[in-house]
Amino acid sequence: MSDSDLTRLTAAETAARIAGGEVTAEAVTEAHLARIEAVDEKVHAFLHVDREGALAAARRVDEKRERGEQLGPLAGVPLALKDIFTTEGQPTTVGSKILEGWLPPYDATVTRRLREADVVVLGKTNMDEFAMGSSTENSAFGPTGNPWDLTRIPGGSGGGSSASLAAFQAPLAIGTDTGGSIRQPAAMTGTVGVKPTYGAVSRYGMVAFSSSLDQGGPCARTVLDAALLHSVIAGHDELDSTSVDQPVPDVVGAARQADVRGLRVGVVKEFRGEGYQAGVMQRFDESVELLRELGAEVVEVSCPVFTKALPAYYLIAPSECSSNLARFDAMRYGLRVGDDGTRSAEEVTSLTREEGFGPEVKRRVMLGTYALSSGYYDAYYGSAQKVRTLITRDFARAFESVDVLVSPTSPTTAFPIGERTDDPMAMYLSDLCTIPSNLAGNAAMSLPCGLAPEDGLPVGLQIIAPAMADDRLYRVGAAVEAAFQARWGHPLLEEAPSL
Amino acid sequence: MTVTELVSYEDALAGYDPVMGLEVHVELGTRTKMFCGCSTALGAEPNTQTCPTCLGLPGSLPVVNATGVESAIRIGLALNCEIAEWCRFARKNYFYPDMPKNFQTSQYDEPIAHDGFLDVQLEDGEVFRVGIERAHMEEDTGKSTHVGGATGRIHGASHSLLDYNRAGIPLIEIVTKPIEGAGPRAPEVARAYVAELRELIRALGVSEARMEMGQMRCDVNLSLRPHGSTVFGTRSETKNVNSLRSVERAARFEIQRHAAVLDDGGAIVQETRHFHEEDGSTTSGRVKEEAEDYRYFPEPDLVPVAPSREWVEKLRAELPELPRVRRNRLREEWGISEHEMQSVLNAGAVGLIVATIDAGAPADQARKWWMGELARRANETGAELDDLPITPEQVARLCALVAEGSLNDKLARQTIEGVLAGEGSPDEVVEKRGLKVVSDEGALGTAVDEAIAGNPDVAEKIRGGKVAAAGALVGAVMKATRGQADAARVRELILEKLGVQG
Amino acid sequence: MPGITREEVAHLARLARLELKDEELDHFAGQLDAIIGAVAAVSEVADEDVPPTSHPLPLTNVMRPDDVRPSLTPEQALSGAPAKEQQRFKVPQILGEE
Ligand SMILES: [Mg+2]
Ligand SMILES: [Zn+2]
Repeated sequence: MSDSDLTRLTAAETAARIAGGEVTAEAVTEAHLARIEAVDEKVHAFLHVDREGALAAARRVDEKRERGEQLGPLAGVPLALKDIFTTEGQPTTVGSKILEGWLPPYDATVTRRLREADVVVLGKTNMDEFAMGSSTENSAFGPTGNPWDLTRIPGGSGGGSSASLAAFQAPLAIGTDTGGSIRQPAAMTGTVGVKPTYGAVSRYGMVAFSSSLDQGGPCARTVLDAALLHSVIAGHDELDSTSVDQPVPDVVGAARQADVRGLRVGVVKEFRGEGYQAGVMQRFDESVELLRELGAEVVEVSCPVFTKALPAYYLIAPSECSSNLARFDAMRYGLRVGDDGTRSAEEVTSLTREEGFGPEVKRRVMLGTYALSSGYYDAYYGSAQKVRTLITRDFARAFESVDVLVSPTSPTTAFPIGERTDDPMAMYLSDLCTIPSNLAGNAAMSLPCGLAPEDGLPVGLQIIAPAMADDRLYRVGAAVEAAFQARWGHPLLEEAPSL
Repeated sequence: MTVTELVSYEDALAGYDPVMGLEVHVELGTRTKMFCGCSTALGAEPNTQTCPTCLGLPGSLPVVNATGVESAIRIGLALNCEIAEWCRFARKNYFYPDMPKNFQTSQYDEPIAHDGFLDVQLEDGEVFRVGIERAHMEEDTGKSTHVGGATGRIHGASHSLLDYNRAGIPLIEIVTKPIEGAGPRAPEVARAYVAELRELIRALGVSEARMEMGQMRCDVNLSLRPHGSTVFGTRSETKNVNSLRSVERAARFEIQRHAAVLDDGGAIVQETRHFHEEDGSTTSGRVKEEAEDYRYFPEPDLVPVAPSREWVEKLRAELPELPRVRRNRLREEWGISEHEMQSVLNAGAVGLIVATIDAGAPADQARKWWMGELARRANETGAELDDLPITPEQVARLCALVAEGSLNDKLARQTIEGVLAGEGSPDEVVEKRGLKVVSDEGALGTAVDEAIAGNPDVAEKIRGGKVAAAGALVGAVMKATRGQADAARVRELILEKLGVQG
Repeated sequence: MPGITREEVAHLARLARLELKDEELDHFAGQLDAIIGAVAAVSEVADEDVPPTSHPLPLTNVMRPDDVRPSLTPEQALSGAPAKEQQRFKVPQILGEE
């Protein structure tokens, strides 16, 4: 099989071929490393490629197979890891200059689980600095291009992870989703991304942006691949107090079930109107129609407080990040600026943070500092937490009458690099539809539902399920994916330019 | 900094009423830190007891130590507090290099224990009730060493070195309600409160609460107001006072200093102050220009603590005999007055005396040595009793030597001096210094004969029936034996030799 | 809500330990003002009687037993330190006291 064939396989197919001895894990890894070599100069999905580590991991899989050992369902499959998870002895920058060159002395739980499952970690992917952004333009190390159109953003913050999938540099990737950072890039790149229920995937070793919203999750080119990865990384972790101590739902079984007959699907009324691109709404409406054709019962539901989710998010996330990022003070690790023997620790901290943080990070740190200040706390942070309660109630009410909710993932397709960089509010609108699930903690997925007619760029369909019902996402997503591919005659990504 | 002439204590109290608030931090004696599994063992090499969590490395997360919570609840119960049914941790945000995350994981408006009291007994036996506002859980900071300054102090240092072994060790902060109405006895109340609290913490077994090792530290907040006023004056906060004696002195000094400032028509500056052991004074620390804005908010990396009522009641039922109850029992066993018992407590001697008795000494002897000679020596050097380099077992041995007649009181005091000077155990000191009572009847007999021969007129008086005159001869013998004789036996011998009935 | 001034931005920057440049102060003042104006909408729906939600999980009492776990080695602990001395983190002079 040629290198390009190997990079076009799904993760499930790749694992099956490695397990069956048709191809070695080393060959698969070599093929992906070659692809990265060939296209990453253009895409810039990776901040760091661990060639040696990846090949060594692949060889271990091959040795295991030769010894006749049982291989896990994703053994030998390459993966692109968002540069927000610590990797022992391998750089972890979170897209920030302040952590440039830092080699963590420990592995994140997600990193450890991937290694234990014999998944081959190729390297670390680009992201908006500290996961703050919707375009990956806030990376201190330059933007990532969208493989569909390199002049456009791949979404964010996990643009590197999604772009690596769309550019066939890896069949699997890991992202994190605080306000849509897995789902929105998936939508922008025509890939699949899942934000699991809050607490399903351990946050230990995942550099915190907003602790009560952050959630790691799987990114893939197919729903089944995402499910396989989901079951590898999810599960209780005693190192994360906010980890859910319950069995992981059977997401792989659900992805194989791929059947929506009899399911009740709610269309969120509030997610349309001004600001929503026509082609996005057209593809969304077609998806709803498709669900009906597949046997789902579709109803419209109203979640009025969802319109306040964005403001609540832009108070809660900055508040938590202002505190989470305080540790970057030039004392114990990372960048140190201005320590010339005359300056105090406080001065060195301030100079370092000034130089080490990009404008979006500074903006949010200051916004959060403001929102938590005495005198403002109740009006801002306090009120935002009340909105959070109301959004949770909106979801609970909706899920009384429907099994899942659907909406566009993002109001528009991928916008040109540079278009919104100086207009934070416009940038924030990109996450309008994804944020409510972070505030309430429930599960959501984005999967491709076609190309917008006006620009030929991918559109994402968002499916939202109640907390701990992540399996529903896969059941519905796999059904929609199969039906669309039957209609198109091929996976959507085949229409992407070859780079 | 302006130096203010202090007002005499009496004058200060003539004009003003002190109001105090005491904040005590207790380091728990758990095996591991509050939010990670790093050991808390003392004396480790720098930065050997750290992990991603207590170093605040990116990505690390806290997990609550169950024993830390249990200890907090037990302290709360022993302080007669309500135990919260549901409470959260909160982040206290401020930058400081000894705090790895630049926020302290603490509790804010939802402390685990609140609204209790602690009764403390003063020297005169009066019981003073100190209200407890709250007791909450938090974590300690790392330790900084300042390098390049003249005295190792922070000012003038060129840089600092940080060891995070202590960072994350569980702390319980216990805050009193404003202590009003103590009048001139405010400093005594402060000391008695901290002493009582320390006894309580030790009785619970949650910490050794050794103040000299920083395991228990007290902040003394103090303000004055004119007699009759109900409004609190501006307070000063004297930080990290680390002995019982210092707590009392700090309160006393601040009363005199505040009075001087107020008498001068000045205003008290709200500031932190540092206490100086050498002269008992305080000096200005950091002036709080604007109220510190810690931007507290609920810690999102931790879930709420909701102790079940079953658990709380179980812990309540398992509380050990509390110090005041225990002291009343001991007081009866020892047959002493409340006043005497209070002195024992204030001297921090209860545990030491009990341990000495457990080592075999009679109660009155154990108490006599700790409260007498040893207390005097501790006071001389400004040390706490349990800092003295002598163990209860050694004191018990001393008592035994006295009881068997090997030592008299004077020699016993010399033996103590030797032990404290590091010359070894009581037996070794006796041996090395040759302190044994002269009990050799032959040697003693010779000394008595010589005394009689040297003082014929006194001997004649005794023979004539003036037995009281024997004292002079006893003195001569004692002098001749350099005090190493048993005075009672010497007297017996003298009377025997002179053929007089004693 | 009142607009956010340049002085307020400077105060926030001090609290957040950011040595902002002059032009940044102006720039952020405008942007923060716009954002704060927009997010103030949260107060429109936040009635008195709505309880706040600080966390999406209904969990309580997640605790670990008081058992020692291995620490990092001091080499690992100090591996990222910008400066070290005597197995300690070396930091610039600390002013003021806590
Ligand atoms: Mg405290
Ligand atoms: Zn630790």
